[in-house]
Order: sequence, then C-alpha cells, then structure tokens
Amino acid sequence: MGFTLSNQQQLLSKMATGNGHGENSPYFDGWKAYDSDPFHVTKNPNGVIQMGLAENEMCFDLIQEWVLNNPEASICTAAGVNEFKDIAIFQDYHGLPEFRNAVANFMGRVRGNRVTFDADRIVMSGGATGAHETIAFCLADPGDAFLVPVPYYPGFDRDLGWRTGVQLIPVACDSSNNFKVTRAALEAAYEKAQKANIRVKGLLITNPSNPLGTVLDRDTLRSLVTFINEKKIHLVCDEIYAATVFSQPSFISIAEIIEEDIECNRNLIHIVYSLSKDMGFPGFRVGIVYSYNDDVVNCARKMSSFGLVSTQTQHLIASMLSDNEFVERFIAQSAKRLKARHMRFTMELAQVGTSCLKSNGGLFVWMDLRRLLKEQTFEAEMVLWHTIIHEVKLNVSPGSSFHCPEPGWFRVCFANMDDKTMEIALSRIRNFVAQYKEPIAPRKNNRYWQSNLRLSFQSRRMDDIMMSPCMMSPHSPIPQSPLVRAT
Amino acid sequence: MCMLSRNATFNSHGQDSSYFLGWQEYEKTPYHEVHNTNGIIQMGLAENQLCFDLLESWLAKNPEAAAFKKNGESIFAELALFQDYHGLPAFKKAMVDFMAEIRGNKVTFDPNHLVLTAGATSANETFIFCLADPGEVLLIPTPYYPGFDRDSKWRTGVAIVPIHCTSSNGFQITETALEEAYQEAEKRNLRVKGVLVTNPSNPLGTTMTRNELYLLLSFVEDKGIHLISDEIYSGTAFSTPSFRSVMEVLKDRNCDENSEVWQRVHVVYSLSKDLGLPGFRVGAIYSNDDMVVAAATKMSSFGLVSSQTQHLLSAMLSDRKLTKNYIAENHKRLKQRQKNLVSGLQKAGISCLNGNAGLFCWVDMRHLLRSNTFEAEMELWKKIVYEVHLNISPGSSCHCTEPGWFRVCFANLPERTLDLAMQRLKAFVGEYYNVPEVNGRSQSSHLSHSRGQSLRKWVSRLSFDDRCPIHGR
Repeated sequence: MGFTLSNQQQLLSKMATGNGHGENSPYFDGWKAYDSDPFHVTKNPNGVIQMGLAENEMCFDLIQEWVLNNPEASICTAAGVNEFKDIAIFQDYHGLPEFRNAVANFMGRVRGNRVTFDADRIVMSGGATGAHETIAFCLADPGDAFLVPVPYYPGFDRDLGWRTGVQLIPVACDSSNNFKVTRAALEAAYEKAQKANIRVKGLLITNPSNPLGTVLDRDTLRSLVTFINEKKIHLVCDEIYAATVFSQPSFISIAEIIEEDIECNRNLIHIVYSLSKDMGFPGFRVGIVYSYNDDVVNCARKMSSFGLVSTQTQHLIASMLSDNEFVERFIAQSAKRLKARHMRFTMELAQVGTSCLKSNGGLFVWMDLRRLLKEQTFEAEMVLWHTIIHEVKLNVSPGSSFHCPEPGWFRVCFANMDDKTMEIALSRIRNFVAQYKEPIAPRKNNRYWQSNLRLSFQSRRMDDIMMSPCMMSPHSPIPQSPLVRAT
Repeated sequence: MCMLSRNATFNSHGQDSSYFLGWQEYEKTPYHEVHNTNGIIQMGLAENQLCFDLLESWLAKNPEAAAFKKNGESIFAELALFQDYHGLPAFKKAMVDFMAEIRGNKVTFDPNHLVLTAGATSANETFIFCLADPGEVLLIPTPYYPGFDRDSKWRTGVAIVPIHCTSSNGFQITETALEEAYQEAEKRNLRVKGVLVTNPSNPLGTTMTRNELYLLLSFVEDKGIHLISDEIYSGTAFSTPSFRSVMEVLKDRNCDENSEVWQRVHVVYSLSKDLGLPGFRVGAIYSNDDMVVAAATKMSSFGLVSSQTQHLLSAMLSDRKLTKNYIAENHKRLKQRQKNLVSGLQKAGISCLNGNAGLFCWVDMRHLLRSNTFEAEMELWKKIVYEVHLNISPGSSCHCTEPGWFRVCFANLPERTLDLAMQRLKAFVGEYYNVPEVNGRSQSSHLSHSRGQSLRKWVSRLSFDDRCPIHGR
C-alpha cells in the first residue's frame, strides 16, 4: 500500500512539518565545512577552525581542580553516594533549596554584590533555550509580538516563536552609533506593530549583547525601563553573558536599575539566566527564569516540569556555587583570561587594519569586514563568508544570520579554543587580509559557491533570514569530541 | 490589557485538581516515624524506592562513572560542553539495549530513532506538539494519569476525549468504547489525531492484553491516526501475564516499515519508574517515523537531558550484569510489596483490581461510599486524607467514570510504614463502617448523622492554598 510523503505530513502537526525551528538554513554550509574538515593541531592542522561557537573553555582547569577536591559534590563518589537516593527521587519543581540559594548567590556575586536575588524567584528551565520559550508562553499568546533590537542571537526566533506562535519584530540599530538602542528606534518598531495590528507584549534585550559583546549603559537601560512602563509591556533581559564582562564599563544588570529612583512596575521585569556561558556548562542544561512578577514565577514554575534540571546536576552546582572562595576566584580569573584573549585578538586584527566593534564582554568579537565587500549587499557578504570558510578555513558567523541590517559584519568567537589554535586562526586572518586588499568578488568557477543557494537577497526581508544550527544552542555534535566517537 | 498569556491565566495546567491538592495537604504534615508519627503517609506518589541498594553498590564498584572519567582521563570539559541534541551515542545505545532487555529482547530498538527528553513529561508534550495542531483531539482511555491533562493539552492547545472504560471488564479497552470516543469527537467537529495509552497502565497497575493491543492497532490503522504507547512502567511488570509492548504486536502482525501503521506507532519511555530516578529527568521518545524523530529532536532543545546524567547512566545501563540483576530483583520486590498491600487491604475489607505491574493498586472502595456519586467519593477521600492521614489518589482525579476507586501506591515507602498505613485504614473502616475482613465486596453502610456532622467539620477546614510541587506520577 503506497503511503505518500504528503499523507504523512498531513498526519503530523504544522509545527513538525514547518520550518519554524529555523534549521533549514543555507548557513549550514559553514557547519558542513567544519564537520567535514575539522581543525586539529596535530592531526589536521589545515582544517577549518571553529569560530562560530560561543562557548567558554577558558577556565576548565579551575573547575576540574574543584571537582577533584570536592568529591562529595558528586552523588556517585564514595564521599557523596549516601545522598544518591534522596537526590535521585527528588523531583519537586521548586528545585533543591541549596541549588536555588547557590544560584541566587552566584548571580549576586557576578553583579559585584550590588544586588541580591531572592532564591524563591529562581525557576529552572531547560537551558536558556527553555527559559526563553517558557517566558514567551507565560507572557504572550499566539500572534503577539516581542520587540528585539538587531543584531540578535539567531536562536531567539526558534526559542520565542516556534511553538508559541509569538513573532519577533526587529528594533533597528546600526553602526552609526555603535548599534546602540535608541528611544526613536523603539518607538518606530512599536508604531510599525500597531499599524499592522500586532499586539506587542514585550521587549527582549540581551545584555551583555550577543553578538556585539557590549554592555548597555545606565542611560540606555533607564530609557528602556521608561519605554516599557509607558507602553505597559514586559521587559525580558537575557543576562546569560553577565560574568563574561572583562573590563570597563562594568556590567549593569536590570536588577540594579529597578532599585534606583525610577518609576517601574516590577511586574513587567524578567531576567533569563544560564550557566552555559558564564561557567562553560552548556551540556548541563542549567537555565533560569527570574521574574519580579509572582504570577509569572508561579506559571513558569509549573511549566518548568517540561525542562527541569537533573537533580544530579543541581547537587553539583549547589555545592560548587556556594563555595564563595571558589566563585570569587573563578569570576576574577575568567574575566582576566577573557580580557587577555580579547586583547590579543583585537590588537592583532587592528595591526592588519581590521577593526572590531569596541567591546568588553561576551565570548566573541563583532568584526567589521565591510571594506572587503565588493558592494554593500548581503550577497557580497555571503561571497566573503564563503571565502573565509573555504579558503581561510575559519568558520565564522555572518552578520545577516543575526538579522544585522548592514552587510559586512561577522561574529568571531575566541573563547572556545586554546592559545595555540587562536594564534593559528590569527595568522590565517592576517594572511587573508594582507592578500585581499581589494574587495572580494564572486568567482564564476568558484566551486564553493553553491549554485543552489536558496537566498535571494534583493527581495529578502530581515525576518525571512534563517539561521544555522551552529549558531544556536543546543546544536550539532562536535565531531572530535570523544563522547561522539564510536561507542 | 491582560498582562499575561492565556496559558498563564487559566488553569489548564491541571494543578488545581484533587490529585495535586492531596499532595499539598501531605506537605503540611508529612509522616515521619520519629518526628511526626501522626502525620500523613504518602501513598499518592508513584515512585520506585525498592532497589536503590543495587544502584548504590554498583556506584561503589564503578568509581570512574562517578568521577567524570573515561579510560582514566578526565572528560569533565567534554561533558560540560556537550549539548548535542542527538544525545550521547553511548547513552542512547545503552537505553535502547535496556528497553529491549525489559521486553525480553523480543523487539529491538534503533538508537537513531530515540530522542532524549527531560522526563516523560516533556516526551509526551513534545509528541503532541509533533502530531497534532491546536484544536485537534487525542483519545485517552480512562482512568488515566492526571498529568496527561497538563502534558497533552496545556501549551499545545490539543483537546482530550476520553475512551470510557469500566469495571465490568476490569477497565479493559473495548471496540465500542473506542468507536464512541471517536464519534464524540466527530460530533464536536474535532479532528482526532491519535490515541494515547499507558501500558502498563497508570493507575490500573495492569498490563494490556494482546486483544487490546490488536484492537488498538486495528483501530488506528482503520482511522489513519497515531498510537502513542506510554511504556514508562514496562520494567515494573512483576507477574503474569507478562508485559507486551505495542512494538512486539507490530512485529507479530508482520507490520514493518512497508506498512502504513508502522510509522504511526510511537513509544514514550523514561527511567523515572523502572529505575526510580525521577530527579534525573530522563525521558525518551521512540518513533519509526523519521519526520517525527527529526522534529522531536529539534524540540528536545527545550528540555535536554544533562550530559552529566547521560554519562552516569550510560555507564550504568551498559553494565549487563547490573541491568539483568536489577530487572529481576525489581520484579521480585515489587511483587512482594504489592502482595503486602493487597493483603493489608483485604484485612480492612477492601479489594482491588487484579494487578500485575506498576507501583500501585487500583483499589475498590465503592462499598464505603455514602452514595454512588463523585461527591461521596470526595467525602470519603477527604476523610482518608484528614482523618486516616493517608494521601491516596481519588479515581475522579484520574477521570474514572465510576466513583469509589482509588489509586494507592506501595513502592515509595518502607514496609513498616505501609503496614502502619494498612492498620490505620483497617481501624478507620472498622470504626465507621463496621465492615469485617472479607475477600470480596462488602455491604455498604451509611454514615450516622453524627459522623456526617464531623465530616462537614473536616470539609470546612480545608484550605487548599497554592503551594506547589508535585508533578510526580
């Protein structure tokens, strides 16, 4: 009996058969190139270096040392196994009290103890991915919208919109003022939504910013709070890179702003946090929804049933993050190492005339390669990107995947590799820039230029641009990881 | 303007149901054999606490799994960074091997068709997101796990139409019941997308018969809809008739990848019940349909299993000696414990459905009802909670169509506490109903007027404030 594909598609939901997950993207080329030819310092020194993954590998030595010295933090070691049963059966969606206390403590310390967090407002989620979806489910109905300043993390389209039916409306930012969010741009985006009869439920900001690596200044934060208060919409602050800020100006959390002398309905303020970037633990899936709105806390907590943190992990994290001496040392060292890495990277780039947006946080730089574009179009950006992947052998992320309105910007990650690899990456960039003093034109016989590239940039609208799984968490495997090799 | 979503404002999360409210009362005064001997004994939580000693002794003998090590090398960093939603290959292999072992190796599973999720809660919701659009319908046989209302309906917008099962045939699914449910949906102009069954059943504690499974397969084949079989209790089938997975029946009927129905049969699994590890949030979706696997894999981003936990359990479940011993011991201890509960109930003049699986009994207290109504069931339940100090789950919370049935769990408490619970129950029944110890149904007796007054006092004392937890089954 024949069974056509369309029959099968009809039997599944629209959600399952559609593209709302955002992973059918031409940007997959970068990932494919890396997958098929991954760099290894000895085994494949000419391979593609992964610079598209915003991961923090700077301080694992400190963490490993701590784990070795604290066997009771694991419920499986001789020191900890007496707790195995109680931890294994604990499924209360409030989470282990010691876990919540430790996370609240950590969040406060990351903010220099300028604010404290209430452990009872800490709600678990399946990573920041789960946290964003949960927040959207709590605050908005299908068809509602969130305003998001561009450029923004590609995963937001999936996290906030895929299963929730919520849409994202970009707030225009550009390099003329270093991509700062202006009141005018917010108003314009809001007006556009009103005209289209779309109900705006909130504003989503990422601070420190991905992909920019910058922090929001006090005035901007205050103006955002004023804006959302006037419009009576929510403010969701993704602060997952809070501890990656390594130099001035210091990071100011929304938690600090609302304690200031400012008119603000606290029921509108929500924070998304995670340990994936600050600690380098994306595999442990520790996401947090922190809301000043009791109803949202209650609802999010019930929803957390769909993505609780494993109690084995809660137990480990509780132990680690309540070790204040370790936490302080970690935060300081992490910032120091990120700063050194960032400085080395940006200085070397500057020496070959390549600038990056001035930044002081994040795990990446926002590199300005506009001068290498033949023309200021996204098509030209794609050509340049393909060249960087296939000839320079670096997997970087083109700005268009972040909904950047200006072609020529690239996010380049630097914290997911050792010093040696970084030096190799830098030398490749140096050689490339020296070689290509002229803007890069597409070559007719360039075998890397995929003729089946589905993009048509002339007619492309910002919200049509999809993103590649390599830029989203969670994502495809790291091929050289011993965990993925044959069992 | 309403500030929050409809999801946040309405209570379709289902946590105002009595199932969860009983839990809240327990939280206020939980039994403790030293500190609170008069407290409420928890018999409403389907947890398996009988075999932790086996896991603990395995841990003692296998320090590498514990210490983030593999072949002597630290793999902490790799684990901490591993966020691939395809999951740890070694873990998925170990899971499918374990699933096959539980099924007596009569069927095998392909790890590439397994999707890991944060518990069965997430697995069920993800399945519904993949298989149905808002407004479409899922048929579920009653009585069913109260959490399905939340998992299947809340954020998905899908509706549930019950397939009514009754005690006349031990609550087995019949063709008539299936058809009636389907017609009911059609009458309401709703499109049915699938049937969700739990096998072994929660709350019945029974395994599905071959007939029922054949019936279900024919039904979904005929209607062109999906069949989701929640088999999270598959490892708890402790006596005959043995557990039969829907995958086995597909094989029996020679349904393979060339048959239509092959792609529409799916399984949900979890380690929360069989291994007693609900805190670790290990759930799984298994589907023969590549599109479902692909979509579910992407959706699992919202609730992955911690890599730390995947690593530990991968080592554990790959140890065939452990799994073989565990499965056998688990059966043995569950069987004994169930026997104790059944015998304790009998001493109180209470019988239950003949069960062979699960972590609970489906108990018949119809003879203790003032009247054959759900109001009477609620009255009885509240007495049991407030006077007898036992938290058990009333059948109405499981959408049972007949009043008087209760789910009573037996694997989440020590033996001596179970004995105490049965003593309390016996005393209660003796005091209120004067019912002798029998082996079958007893005559109902009516409450005296004074008893009715004390009951009203109990009822008025109720205050179900919004304290959380419990999403446990």
